[in-house]
Amino acid sequence: MKPDLARKLAILSDAAKYDASCASSGTTKRNAARGGIGSTEGSGICHAYTPDGRCISLLKILMTNFCIFDCAYCVNRVSSNVERARFSVEEVVSLTLEFYRRNYIEGLFLSSGIIRSPDQTMGDMVRIARTLRQDHGFKGYIHLKTIPDAAPELLDEAGLYADRLSINIELPRDDSIRRLAPEKRPETIRTAMARVRGAREASRDRSHTGKRPARFAPAGQSTQMIVGADGASDAAILSTSARLYTGYGLKRVYYSAFSPIPDSSAMLPLVKPPLIREHRLYQADWLMRFYGFEADEIASATPEGMLDLAIDPKLAWALGHRAQFPVDVNRAPRELLLRVPGFGTRTVDRILAARRQRCLGWDDLVRIGAPMAKAQPFVTVPGWSPGALTDSADLRARYAPPPEQLSLF
Amino acid sequence: MHRIALPERGTFEAWRDAARTLAGHDIPPEAVEWTLGDAGAGLFGSDPLPPGPGHPPAVPRAFLDLAETVILHRDPEAPALLYQALTGLQRRPRLLADAADPLVRRLRLLEKSVRRDIHKMRAFVRFRELPSAGARRRFAAWFEPEHRIVEANAGFFTRRFADMDWAIHTPDLSALWTDGALSFAPGAPRPDLPDDAAEELWATYFANIFNPARIKLGSMRLHMPRKYWKNMPETAQIPAMLAAAEGRVQAMAAAAATESPARAAAITARYRAAMPRAPERIGSLEEARAACALCTRCGLCETATQAVFGEGPAQAALMLVGEQPGDHEDLQGRPFVGPAGQVLDAAMAEAGVARDRVWLTNAVKHFKFVPRGKRRLHQRPDQHEVSHCRWWLDLERELVRPRLTVALGATAALALTGSGADLTRRRGQVEQTLAGPVLPSWHPSAILRQPDRDRAAIMRRDLVEDLALALSLAAAPAGG
Repeated sequence: MKPDLARKLAILSDAAKYDASCASSGTTKRNAARGGIGSTEGSGICHAYTPDGRCISLLKILMTNFCIFDCAYCVNRVSSNVERARFSVEEVVSLTLEFYRRNYIEGLFLSSGIIRSPDQTMGDMVRIARTLRQDHGFKGYIHLKTIPDAAPELLDEAGLYADRLSINIELPRDDSIRRLAPEKRPETIRTAMARVRGAREASRDRSHTGKRPARFAPAGQSTQMIVGADGASDAAILSTSARLYTGYGLKRVYYSAFSPIPDSSAMLPLVKPPLIREHRLYQADWLMRFYGFEADEIASATPEGMLDLAIDPKLAWALGHRAQFPVDVNRAPRELLLRVPGFGTRTVDRILAARRQRCLGWDDLVRIGAPMAKAQPFVTVPGWSPGALTDSADLRARYAPPPEQLSLF
Repeated sequence: MHRIALPERGTFEAWRDAARTLAGHDIPPEAVEWTLGDAGAGLFGSDPLPPGPGHPPAVPRAFLDLAETVILHRDPEAPALLYQALTGLQRRPRLLADAADPLVRRLRLLEKSVRRDIHKMRAFVRFRELPSAGARRRFAAWFEPEHRIVEANAGFFTRRFADMDWAIHTPDLSALWTDGALSFAPGAPRPDLPDDAAEELWATYFANIFNPARIKLGSMRLHMPRKYWKNMPETAQIPAMLAAAEGRVQAMAAAAATESPARAAAITARYRAAMPRAPERIGSLEEARAACALCTRCGLCETATQAVFGEGPAQAALMLVGEQPGDHEDLQGRPFVGPAGQVLDAAMAEAGVARDRVWLTNAVKHFKFVPRGKRRLHQRPDQHEVSHCRWWLDLERELVRPRLTVALGATAALALTGSGADLTRRRGQVEQTLAGPVLPSWHPSAILRQPDRDRAAIMRRDLVEDLALALSLAAAPAGG
């Protein structure tokens, strides 16, 4: 391998690290039993973890970090002095396959700065995916970050080779996008997402002859939103997410705490990334997708529309709606059990299955794996009733970490 | 006492065969002792198994899956616990669904531990390339699993790495894949594998994909426990990466903003000049469509996908105006393509109105909705939004100049006539406005939402009649 390949890899992976997603799950099942290399078997695999706690599942790189756009939050914007590099199609293909053969990765997550034109860039990215699939029989996972302004036909072709397509919404509000990423257009981003949804739905319908069309992005589409680069509240962020989930059937919205970048723009705060806030947003996102919460319910807990950073959003909601508690674990419907702080979807499923066979007591719930220390003010079981605990004034203090003691001057 | 010695390979099948016979003869769990491998077998005498299958027990499929996994656990009690569950299942067929049962709980924990180990082996095996004389490339790895999973897990690697030869060596067992055939060899000490140049590139990638501004060590250790690190080359860099992280972040903060490269401003100016923008003067429907796509007159553009402008022939004699785009229209960018559009299409066909001869549009160009669960629920646009959007509707009427405009529903009637009076008394009668005659009728969505089926049928007939009337009026010579 050429000596400068390592340098390019360093530059173009460094440039890709601000993308949060590295998922490799939920695509069609494939393997190399009849030729080629690679497999996908449903669940994703994280092959390594870096000290930032993020998983490495895919080779996440930029095709190039040259870019003609000038997005203030991005290290690769045209006005930045960062060192630039560009991979050839063959280099990306070879790195992907060699890493894959050594079991370092599940596949490729390819993104890119925009060179010359959106069409040109997207065309090169599609060529990389096509080469991997057609010339090398690669059956592993491919995630392509699509460029919303590229021609729709390129998007259509990308979906034939990629397992997942993503289009970054970038920021929660249109006015922030227009201000911080003046070359991007929010309506174009949404239209591209709508097109991916349409193509996915069409690929699932059989034609009148009963023939199934080629699968289109079988692992769906996702997006990423930067948190903390503009003034959007958590309520605004969550309602944007709710619209993205319902409108375009997204698999995931990734929240990325705005992270200081080298050679950053003067337009943005150079502060530590709000990691706790990012974490709370992910928890709230989970509540919307798996627990039957609506966006406005979650963020309504505080007047400013910000999530409580000290306690998780479900607990915060329960503390604000104590009249609905305690719930009877042996009788409550699924929807209500899902609202009990500490009870996850698996715990609730186990409770529902087990209580058909017997009346569940405290010890049974402990064996099921329910975190009873957390749930106790919100549930009743034979032999346990929280009594006045549910409504006690200092209930929040039981959960919130004690305030940091001021150091003596 | 029955003493059953299970083999190191094919453990599950051996356990299943023995357990089936034992349970078939009602031998209680406390009368069976299970051992693994040759150790211990034959040390003490064992009662012979009773002859014949007895009455073989029936178990749910889920139990076999559980047993197949749990039997790989290194806990020497695993086979006995499984046999205990097997006999328990004969009395309580739904035992496994009871997560609160202590035995089920224990088995589930064993299962979880084995599953995790299987998953981590798939994740953390690292191959190194070996020299190869033949056409197939050769790779080998050393791995130390927590449980006895190599045999069960080999299939995964054969399906994935079919076109190369590979060996995975572990202390218990080696899995070998040569020319497309899988075989096993006894465990061995760690082999000396040659250096592989790709490992350096991998280390480069590992160090550079790491974001020094966000350290979450607990999360890393939770998912990648230290016990695996010694066989993962990239982890050698972690101490150095951590040591440098804080300094890198501080250096970023301290660095003054630099001056942009000289070419940047020119590139930006060129790109921005070529971006679509609203034309200064709108003289055609195409210019109006382009301008409408960029409309931000009210807040609806923030939430909708795109503006849905009207479509049809520029000189259409008949214009149909609905309320606003719905879910389908919003996604496809075209008016009347959803369920309401189908009702309208059917009514138009019945009335003899050809869809491609009329101008179809809406009073409001962006979809207004609230997300609920997995759906977007339509919301009626308010007066403020209708009046802001009038600008576009007036422009369409001015450019198309239809002989007659049909207002489908109350919102369209309000936008076209300025009157919000009850539609029930207005429909089917032409109202004159400064911009031309308007015929109010029902909105196809109102027909869809009407719960009373008889009433819906009447409204549907009304709509067909109104469209037929509109067609005849629009066909009449202008000035009539």
